[in-house]
Amino acid sequence: MKKTITAFAAATAAALVTTAIVAPASAGPVLDRVKAKGFIQCGVSQGVPGFSNPDEKGAWSGLDVDVCRATAAALFGDASKVKYTPLSSKERFTALQSGEIDMLSRNTTWTLVRDTALGMNFAGVAYYDGQGFMVRKSLGVKTALELDGASVCTNLGTTTELNLSDYFRANGMKFKGVFFEKADEVVAAYDAGRCDVYTTDQSALAAQRTKMKNPAEHQVLPEIISKEPLGPVVPHADDQWFDLVKWSLNVMIEAEELGLSSANIDQMKAESKNPGIRRMVGVEGDTGKNLGVDNNWSYNIIKQVGNYGEVFERHLGENTPVGLPRGLNKLWSKGGILYAPPVR
Amino acid sequence: MAVDSIPQDQPAPPKVALINDPRARALFFQVLVLGSILIFGGIIINNTMDNLASQGIASGFGFLNTTAGFAIGYSPFLEYSEENTYGYALLVGLLNTLLVAFIGVVFATVIGFIMGVARLSKNWLISTLALIYIEMMRNVPLLLQIFVWYFGVLRALPGPRQSVDLAGTIFVNNRGMFVPAPVFEAGFGLVTAAFIIAIVGIVVLAKWAKQRMELTGQPFPVFWTSLGLIIVLPLLAAAIMGFPMGWDYAELQGFNFQGGAELPPELVSLALALSTYTGAFIAEIVRAGIQSVSHGQTEAAYALGVKPGVTLRLVVIPQALRVIIPPLTSQYLNLTKNSSLAAAIAYPDIILVFAGTVLMQTGQAVEIIAIAMGFYLLVSLIISMFMNWYNKKMALVER
Ligand SMILES: N[C@@H](CCC(=O)N[C@@H](CS)C(=O)NCC(=O)O)C(=O)O
Repeated sequence: MKKTITAFAAATAAALVTTAIVAPASAGPVLDRVKAKGFIQCGVSQGVPGFSNPDEKGAWSGLDVDVCRATAAALFGDASKVKYTPLSSKERFTALQSGEIDMLSRNTTWTLVRDTALGMNFAGVAYYDGQGFMVRKSLGVKTALELDGASVCTNLGTTTELNLSDYFRANGMKFKGVFFEKADEVVAAYDAGRCDVYTTDQSALAAQRTKMKNPAEHQVLPEIISKEPLGPVVPHADDQWFDLVKWSLNVMIEAEELGLSSANIDQMKAESKNPGIRRMVGVEGDTGKNLGVDNNWSYNIIKQVGNYGEVFERHLGENTPVGLPRGLNKLWSKGGILYAPPVR
Repeated sequence: MAVDSIPQDQPAPPKVALINDPRARALFFQVLVLGSILIFGGIIINNTMDNLASQGIASGFGFLNTTAGFAIGYSPFLEYSEENTYGYALLVGLLNTLLVAFIGVVFATVIGFIMGVARLSKNWLISTLALIYIEMMRNVPLLLQIFVWYFGVLRALPGPRQSVDLAGTIFVNNRGMFVPAPVFEAGFGLVTAAFIIAIVGIVVLAKWAKQRMELTGQPFPVFWTSLGLIIVLPLLAAAIMGFPMGWDYAELQGFNFQGGAELPPELVSLALALSTYTGAFIAEIVRAGIQSVSHGQTEAAYALGVKPGVTLRLVVIPQALRVIIPPLTSQYLNLTKNSSLAAAIAYPDIILVFAGTVLMQTGQAVEIIAIAMGFYLLVSLIISMFMNWYNKKMALVER
């Protein structure tokens, strides 16, 4: 008996050590940690084309990936100083809370609970999205209001799961939810006929559809049932790191507004008289000093990663397999809601 | 103990310095180890709390009373809706885990015993088939088997509108298996009562038959009498009350079948995967158990004129069980813990519902993982306790 008690105590202690290690030891250390390592550990999805997706060689690309690359360009002057951790929707917040990753850039919706109780900060919005429904065309369904009694597949631990319940409750309808941990299983189960409906962010519907056996068999219903502002996330308690990620994203948007792109930035740097542009290319002002990085930080982002419009067209635009319209994600001056605070 | 039993009239042992007294030293080191473990644990808990607070991560168990707001796809025992609390959702997940573990244990045991005996069969084909089964199951990762079953089952079955229809009562499609659910009407209490009386009767009868057997050597057909009792008594009660029971049939409405009782494909494939996988391990345990009974025992029984069936039942199996039960217990524990792979195929067990959705919505990883660990620990301890009790009962009683 004595032995069992000691063994049990030891096991408990071991378990507690693991949980304790889960929380980083001191407050505000993320930036220090990143600098010391020399690269950013960036949490991404397990593969959503256009947002974060590995190619055959394991190189990651996508809009979410480029937000991490922009931050690395700002901090290290080198966009390639990023390592990626693929995370399921269920794993992502624990990974950030525990310090396994430095930032999370993985189609994650900004909500109050996540911003507060989960100990995280949202550093802006990289893509304005909304939740939609996908069904087989053969069902003959025209609107989501005809979905009473349907089986619905989606990812667990998402805002999707909650909005789905809200929507059906609000409309007095019932559904059978089938919630998977991994996106690939959701798609496979829906494709195998387990569910009548596949629901997630509209952008992800478009992206995942490219993985289905016969994409043309499916249709997205017109309803958008929620607001899904997707953006990069950092842990609480490191304001400097928070600022750096936030302004790296803002610079991409501001650059598009100023007409600065990776193609023309060197020419603009040499020639432009526009004070806004001169600040962005690092020849005037001291934005870098305020962020604690080199004054070329914004130049590096634009040169190495590109402005928001370039990034969007490269990964999500009409010429990609995902083929999404800019929609809400046009600049505010072009009829969208994309709006960066002044970079000065 | 040894010290207590020293007879008083012997000369007292010579006095030794405390530092050389083995008992004092043992006590000292135990207190030291326990003390440092407690201090270590305290520091860790304190550290964790500090870190959570400094990151502004919520802590405490208050969240269990918060409205859940999410749906759970399968809750056969409790009526669950989004308006219930996280605590209630935990209960639903917990029952779902127990359900699949229970089904798994029952089927794994049946499969294991059949395959274990088949493995020892003198028939080459049967024993080879059993061997292939055992080796295949034991050597392919369980998660892979779960996926094969799940997507295999899904792909093999038609959609709801083309359901396989068994006599208009049972429907099978890729949304699950739909069977009629019994509806109990007033007066069913008597049937239940009759059933309980039958069970009590059987226990008493078995005791009596055993005693009589030991005293007089007269056997009594306990099995057949019991079977009769358990069928006839409730049936009689039902007849008296005018069969107070109806059936709620599943019906195709809109997208799917409504009403009746439902076995979703997630449950079916998870239970199948768990029981066929664990069944293979149990088969090996059963084989080893039977082989551990020396052949002399059987020969001795035959020499005394005991019939082969009775020999197996009264000589071989009781002795084999002594070898089988302890490793069998760990297989049951494995199966229960392996059921946490449910989350991969969307079966809403405690891990998916509680350590998945609830954890994501509240972010309280430390509390939630602690509760989930506590639950598995409790279930494992209960299984162990039961099996230990059974093992004691089965152990050789030396006379
Ligand atoms: N925006 C929602 C949903 C995010 C989400 O997990 N979407 C799924 C739908 S495709 C996904 O990206 N899965 C990718 C993966 O698990 O790798 C949230 O933040 O909760």
